[in-house]
Amino acid sequence: MLFFSFFKSLVGKDVVVELKNDLSIMGTLHSVDQYLNMKLSEITVADPERHPHMLSVKNCFIRGSVIRYVQLPADQVDTQLLQEASRKEILQSRQK
Amino acid sequence: MELPDPYLPGAISLLEQIDKKLMVMLRDGKTLIGYLRTIDQFANLVLHETLERIHVDKFYGDIPRGIFLIRGENVVLAGEVDETRQTGLIQVSLEEILRMQREKTEQKERYQQTKHRILQGSGRLPSNKNDLLIDDAY
Repeated sequence: MLFFSFFKSLVGKDVVVELKNDLSIMGTLHSVDQYLNMKLSEITVADPERHPHMLSVKNCFIRGSVIRYVQLPADQVDTQLLQEASRKEILQSRQK
Repeated sequence: MELPDPYLPGAISLLEQIDKKLMVMLRDGKTLIGYLRTIDQFANLVLHETLERIHVDKFYGDIPRGIFLIRGENVVLAGEVDETRQTGLIQVSLEEILRMQREKTEQKERYQQTKHRILQGSGRLPSNKNDLLIDDAY
């Protein structure tokens, strides 16, 4: 749930998603769900020559299970908040 | 049509793409293009008037496939096709693209065989080569 909330706070920001098949997609985060499936709008592909099928696609739904990394702009992320949220999450799971 | 948030937790954002032309990439590398008709929470999809599009370099060819039910776990991504965008890709006939694809795969096979021979010599054997969820075949 933690990262779901984290990504919800990043909706509207520009991110780069790298998939397990080495495809890198830059776009604006449109929405995210509990499985961390993501929807990006206004996408550009990092290496369009290797992935010609992406040329006519403007926005896409990406299944969470195929994402390797999500690259975020450093100034959009409040690392303090993230650390506190992680600590709370661990404490909660210990209490259960 | 407003649905409550947890209604289709896994794929709610795909509701907007219903009846639109989608390009779906699968884990085995296939590209399918069709009109999205149905979804569920696992991102299982039903595509209508589906074409399997084979890309080789700047060329592509289509195989008409009819109606496809895709199991969600095999979906990599689903993108909305924008017909107005110029791609600069050239469509060729089915026989032509299949021939080009065969040549490409033969090339890759030869490269992989050499690689396999060398790595085998140092005792490393490949596992699953085709699954995108496994990053490294070795």
